[in-house]
Amino acid sequence: MTSTVTPLDVSGRSAPARIVPDAFTGTGTLVRFGLRRDRVRMSLWLLALTLGTLITAAQYKTLYSTPEERAAAVSSMDSPAALAMTGPRHYLSDYTAGAMLGHQMLGFMAVLVGLMSVLIVTRHTRDEEETGRAELVRSTVVGHHAQLASALALAAVANLALALLLALGLTTTGIDGIGPGGALLYGLTHAAIGLVFAGVAAVTAQITAHTRGASGMALAVIGVAYVLRASGDVGDDALSWLSPIGWIQRTYVFVDNRWWPLGLCLVLAALTAAYGFVLSTRRDVGAGLRAARLGRRTASDALTRPFGFALRLHRATLLGFGAGLCLMGVMYGSILGEAADMVKDIDQIQEALARIGGSTVAESFASMVMVVVAVVAAVYVVMAALRPRAEENAGRAEPLLATGLSRDRWLGGHVAVALAGGTVLMVLAGLSFGLSGAASAGDGDLVLELVGAAAAYAPALWVTVGVAVLLFGWFPRAGVAAWIVPVYAFLVGYLGPILQLPDWTKNLSPFGHVPQLPAAGMNWTPLLVLTAVAAGLILLGLAGFRRRDLDTK
Amino acid sequence: MKKAITVTGLHKAFGRTHALDGLDLAVEAGEVHGFLGPNGAGKSTTIRVLLGLLRADSGGAQLLGKDPWRDAVELHRRLAYVPGDVELWPNLTGGEAIDLLAKLRGGLDLRRRDELIDRFDLDPTKKGRAYSKGNRQKVAIVAALASDAELLLLDEPTSGLDPLMEVVFQDVILQARAAGKTVLLSSHILAQVEKLCDRVSIVRQGRTVQSGTLGEMRHFTRTNVEAETERPATGLDAMSGVHELRVTDRRVNFAVDGAHLDAAIRRLGEFGIRSLISHPPTLEELMLRHYGDELGSNGRAAQGDTGSPVADGGVAR
Repeated sequence: MTSTVTPLDVSGRSAPARIVPDAFTGTGTLVRFGLRRDRVRMSLWLLALTLGTLITAAQYKTLYSTPEERAAAVSSMDSPAALAMTGPRHYLSDYTAGAMLGHQMLGFMAVLVGLMSVLIVTRHTRDEEETGRAELVRSTVVGHHAQLASALALAAVANLALALLLALGLTTTGIDGIGPGGALLYGLTHAAIGLVFAGVAAVTAQITAHTRGASGMALAVIGVAYVLRASGDVGDDALSWLSPIGWIQRTYVFVDNRWWPLGLCLVLAALTAAYGFVLSTRRDVGAGLRAARLGRRTASDALTRPFGFALRLHRATLLGFGAGLCLMGVMYGSILGEAADMVKDIDQIQEALARIGGSTVAESFASMVMVVVAVVAAVYVVMAALRPRAEENAGRAEPLLATGLSRDRWLGGHVAVALAGGTVLMVLAGLSFGLSGAASAGDGDLVLELVGAAAAYAPALWVTVGVAVLLFGWFPRAGVAAWIVPVYAFLVGYLGPILQLPDWTKNLSPFGHVPQLPAAGMNWTPLLVLTAVAAGLILLGLAGFRRRDLDTK
Repeated sequence: MKKAITVTGLHKAFGRTHALDGLDLAVEAGEVHGFLGPNGAGKSTTIRVLLGLLRADSGGAQLLGKDPWRDAVELHRRLAYVPGDVELWPNLTGGEAIDLLAKLRGGLDLRRRDELIDRFDLDPTKKGRAYSKGNRQKVAIVAALASDAELLLLDEPTSGLDPLMEVVFQDVILQARAAGKTVLLSSHILAQVEKLCDRVSIVRQGRTVQSGTLGEMRHFTRTNVEAETERPATGLDAMSGVHELRVTDRRVNFAVDGAHLDAAIRRLGEFGIRSLISHPPTLEELMLRHYGDELGSNGRAAQGDTGSPVADGGVAR
């Protein structure tokens, strides 16, 4: 670092976009420091994403080694349901193992890489400011753009490292249809989409004063991008062109190997990042762009009860997930009608459906959507059930538990919100899916049918809550392990059919036991068992929390 | 008198750190008891054990005649707590936080709450994240005092408060004492302790090193004497209980044990006293006596026995 002294910029607010030469002083030091802080976290991300890709590629190689097997894969993928979950249809024209990777993995990897990038950026910008650490750092010889610049640089490092690992890894697998050029392009599509969402996070981190809000807004953008490409890939192609995830899928990697869509991503990443820098000069350190509003002078009656209080803390997250799931439901519902029309003549699918139990195409599509919806609801449920831990770590549980509020009632309030919230989210998603599906398929019965199908997942969500509560009560430091439940459910539910995983993998997940309504029939036994398991886990967790020390600052 | 808090031989370890190593504490009902000690001495840990937030490894603790772990909720309805580092909910206003904490404690005196908000000059409509450190402390203090608790556990309650608010705080605590409430006050502000506390306990490394009224404590320690005599004073060095004697011509400086003060002054009188300044040890000096070796190990000379440790910067106020 240099010892330059930046003169006080009194006109800074009136000329927001002007960048003084010292504005980036200290960026290099912060990048090295960030790499030091994130060395484990980042390595795990890169390792998981690379290994996940390589294992999937190896599976494709063994599962689809003959032209006949590949033709079967094409026909099973050529349905609206499958295209909505994967990518554009053009990949099917030359469905090698490489093309399968580009088709089935890119959309879902884009979400994960986006998540990684968003978390890196918010962690090194907004989180630093929220905890007050940024103030300390910014008081040293560090320019006012250095923190955002270093966060973006860290995201770039992670994304480029991932691109390199994927390119090298895939080249060395020696799978037919995966050449070095394609492998490099495949890796770089990940970097490109990661940079786009890093840029998006650079903007959202300026808007709100909360890490949670900043990440939430950026994740919502990822969600919208995913939904746009899903609708576009099934219906009108133009919608996919509105989504950066659609762009990278249109590189048609391992099929056409088009490079230019990456340019679109880079331009968008540069624009969003630059906008983030501009916005950051329009606000104070620690503040958001939206001014903090004054609030109520006294507490309402509801707030002073454990459930009402917990609900207040969970409100924003619950509303966000509610809106997201409704959007998902409407989107998937709107293509339900097309789904039924499109696959009428494909024999394999009819056979596959017959095997499930004589259901219609629309019903089997709906069952598949339910799996995705349930996983999203499970993400909410884990966040909600881990909230007590966050409160405890932040030192906000201590003053409450020093009042007449018992540990059971405090934790119970949060657990009740997680249980009820997860259930409400499922019903909402089922309702919006049902309403929009009934409209598109012209079948009014779908509304109730789909609400029921969605509600059947509630006991599995309760078990997820139970796992988190159990960890909180007995192994509070291992609370993050509760994320395994939705992640595993997603991997098994999403990749299971593609990779033809054995049945027992499904049985390990609470979501694997839920009857696949409406395609399959109703079966109450697993639901009752799941509910009992959930109750047992929660009671056990409460008991553990009653007897352990509170972690204090 | 009835005991409000009795702690005997309390032990608590966090991994390999022994936060409490046989700590004793006795607080009479109706007194304001000062709880002193350096950072990491175990004051907050003790208070958290008393709140039933931490479970002691061994030793006994009783609060208002009950077990702080088993009867936590019942006890919490009769006590109020102010932590030294108040964390508020970012999206709740200060007023909501006050109501929440006071109502959960089991009773909120609305008039008292408004009066306290007024006296502490707090804006209750701001969101938690908008408050400064001092204002967050005010929220917790108001919440604690707005409910009718018979026992107040205050863990460095005024850290971050400005001197004006410090005066208001002292006033409010004296009112609470007058109303018959018991207060355990952990503090680093020695002037506050000298002003408010009936008795103090000094802890160090998880153990109580001294406990009693300030008067009693002073008696056991040395008084500093500074005098000018008509004739050079002699023979003081031979007297027991006299320390750090410095005689320069007709000026004499020394420290004397409480029990030998009388004899030393008589001796001094024999040489014709022209001026005499004597001052009892300040609380700072009392503290430094107990932490002297700690300062020594930090590269400072042991200051506990000397006359002017404060001038040496040994204690930050």
